[in-house]
Amino acid sequence: MSGYTTVLAELIKKAEATRPARVEKARKGEHFPALTMEQRQQWLKKYHPDYKSDGRRKLLVGPNKGMELPEEVASLIESRSRLNTRAVDLKKADYETDLLVIGAGGAGTAAALVAQELGLKVLVSTKLRHGDSNTVMAEGGIQGATQEGDSPYFHYLDVIGGGHFSNAPALAAALTNDAPLIINWLEDLGMMFDKDPSGRMKVRHGGGTCRKRMHSSGDMTGAEIMRVLRDEARNRDNDIKMLEFSPAVELILDSTGKAAGAVLYNLETKEYYVVRAKAVVVATGGFGRLHIQGFPTTNHYGATADGIVMAYRAGARLKDLDSTQYHPTGAIFPEQNVGLLITEKVRGLGAQLLNVDGEQFCFPLEPRDVESACVIRECLDIGKGIVTPTGRFGVWLDSPMIDLLHGEGTVRKELPAKYIQFKRYDIDISKVPMLIYPTLHYQNGGIQIDEWSRTGIDGLFSAGEVAGGVHGRNRLMGNSLLDVLVFGRRAGLKAAEYAKSAKTGGTLSLKHVEDFNKEIEGAGIRNAGVSPILLPDYAPDHVKARQIV
Amino acid sequence: MAEEKKLKTLATGDKTIPPEGAKMIPIYIMGREYMVPETLTIMKAVEYAGYSYVRGCGCRGGICGACGTFYRYIGDYRLRSGLACQTVAEPNMIIMQLPFFPANRPGYDLEKMHGAPHEELRRLYPEVFKCVGCGTCTRTCPMDIDVMDYIALMKRGDLKGAAIKSFDCVMCGLCASRCPAQISQFTAAMFVRRVYGKYILPKAAHVKKRVAEVRSGKYEKMLEELMSMKQEDVKKLYVEREREPDLAESGKWMPKETKNL
Repeated sequence: MSGYTTVLAELIKKAEATRPARVEKARKGEHFPALTMEQRQQWLKKYHPDYKSDGRRKLLVGPNKGMELPEEVASLIESRSRLNTRAVDLKKADYETDLLVIGAGGAGTAAALVAQELGLKVLVSTKLRHGDSNTVMAEGGIQGATQEGDSPYFHYLDVIGGGHFSNAPALAAALTNDAPLIINWLEDLGMMFDKDPSGRMKVRHGGGTCRKRMHSSGDMTGAEIMRVLRDEARNRDNDIKMLEFSPAVELILDSTGKAAGAVLYNLETKEYYVVRAKAVVVATGGFGRLHIQGFPTTNHYGATADGIVMAYRAGARLKDLDSTQYHPTGAIFPEQNVGLLITEKVRGLGAQLLNVDGEQFCFPLEPRDVESACVIRECLDIGKGIVTPTGRFGVWLDSPMIDLLHGEGTVRKELPAKYIQFKRYDIDISKVPMLIYPTLHYQNGGIQIDEWSRTGIDGLFSAGEVAGGVHGRNRLMGNSLLDVLVFGRRAGLKAAEYAKSAKTGGTLSLKHVEDFNKEIEGAGIRNAGVSPILLPDYAPDHVKARQIV
Repeated sequence: MAEEKKLKTLATGDKTIPPEGAKMIPIYIMGREYMVPETLTIMKAVEYAGYSYVRGCGCRGGICGACGTFYRYIGDYRLRSGLACQTVAEPNMIIMQLPFFPANRPGYDLEKMHGAPHEELRRLYPEVFKCVGCGTCTRTCPMDIDVMDYIALMKRGDLKGAAIKSFDCVMCGLCASRCPAQISQFTAAMFVRRVYGKYILPKAAHVKKRVAEVRSGKYEKMLEELMSMKQEDVKKLYVEREREPDLAESGKWMPKETKNL
């Protein structure tokens, strides 16, 4: 029996009815016509969340006033501080440290390790546990030009071409030049890379690469990187102090405008703490949990753009923050797999996308953004989506075609993890299709940084998904794990140099927060919310209606 | 406009909106009964009941280990376990999440082993050698890891075997919470995997060679050249770049153009 409900099982019959003819055509190499270049642009403009003008608006305040952003992001930025600044006693610091790192994913931990090696005392503030981040969720791998037939030169070309030539060149150069150093660093830290018996790294292609340079550790590369880095940081806990469940809610500047610490907030005791630091690294990750336009996400629970909000109030500039990567095929059924990424490989092996009538409606291997637009169009505009028992909608990804085209057992051999993830819920994807819809995957832009992770505010550094410019408007697979480590390490290095040489120790101030609150009022923004939000709110309406606040 | 309306009634993000007539089932969160729609994960069912997670919730995708959970069914003596984000809530489940469990994790210096790796293991984790072989850890593991087996491999000094066997560990700590020998299996395994990765797995010579080249500044010049080029010229290079065949043998395959290697 299949794990689909009777209603869905009934609908699958429609897909099964058209399957023999579709397989026959696929065997002959006939496929659904791809969109023309003009149609692509039309579809994107009309349906892709990045292009649609509704759901986006111009920022009314701050250094990037006028920048167009998704509504959810703009509202978050144009919110008031959580702090009553007057109630915070800045005269007495609860913690004094050389370096404050905000965020304990891959980038934050890398920064902490490097700064510690350079002699700094490091305090790390993190919202959840050490390692709770999108880093742990990255499966596929980490790029680096380590093989003889490859070099940072070709890696750079791939990065910048994949980003539609919109990347900051200096950042792309730093990323690709440091990549082999990162792979080496991880190997020295005892990471279990996939290797040949000789020790040579096993490498594969990713979308948009000209050389095989995807290094991996099973299909949990990010989790392995994170647990190794975390373990190493724990070995150095004399110098790296970790404060879990204590996110930063505002940065603190000194009277000359340099970064000088942060106000942390203990999620459990509701206390605030004042941290004085010589330098600060913001590494808080992306914004997937804002669920832009209601999209599901592949992101971690804590991905709520806290760092963007705090840094913007402190005067940091933003770059490409209007650009979001939607992966066209995220699972929407069963409920426990919602947001789960269904790799492009499934379509690469011949699986087609089908609507509720079991009909094809697009070429299955359009570029990611175009493919996403096609699915959204079919569901929202044409109205031929399939509705799930939990009220989501999507289209079929007809995975049973794979075994029919390539022979029995291909699905199990080529897609072992996906096979198990569905089999667990009694869905055999080699026999029945999957239900999918685009899912919010990655924040392409963020805080503007230079190639040394500097933000333009003295003493304030930033790295990882929270920062922008590295990938331009589109990121290639395997470059985000690399990004967090390259720029995390660079942030740690430069923060250490800065902490040792700069004149620090000035009077602590939250005036920038008060000024920002005033600017919001001045811009006539009514009903401004409060941010950072710290955690998403998934309480259902029937509960909310009865909550006594 | 009709579409707009349709959109609003549908579930957005991770919030669950059950359709009309969804079957409701009773679950018992720490003993207290709640009615929730069927097919949700424990995590989403708990949220549907009105709880807001601070602890016990992380990636929501089965890899971070934040949401280890114990449960029993009413009338069944067996204690079961799983990850809240991966386990489907079923009628009459009595649920308790274990978001944190204290573990023994002695610090160590990976660069300075005291003797052979298995000697260091014995020094750091003597309790591993007191395993009574009850198998509760294995039965408890939500990742279906044979924990008892990798502990046995550690005892035998087979660190390679233990590293590979424990690889899927998400470090939720459920194994340690149930161990009568008071072993923190998952922290010992972390130590063993790093020792294996550093000292037992053969080193990648090509990486060391490339690192020396990067440190010599060899590629900075090439990259500067690319950065200073006009965009059309970079585009041309991008479009014309040679693609390594999928089945090429690493280390053997070389591109036609070798100037920029």
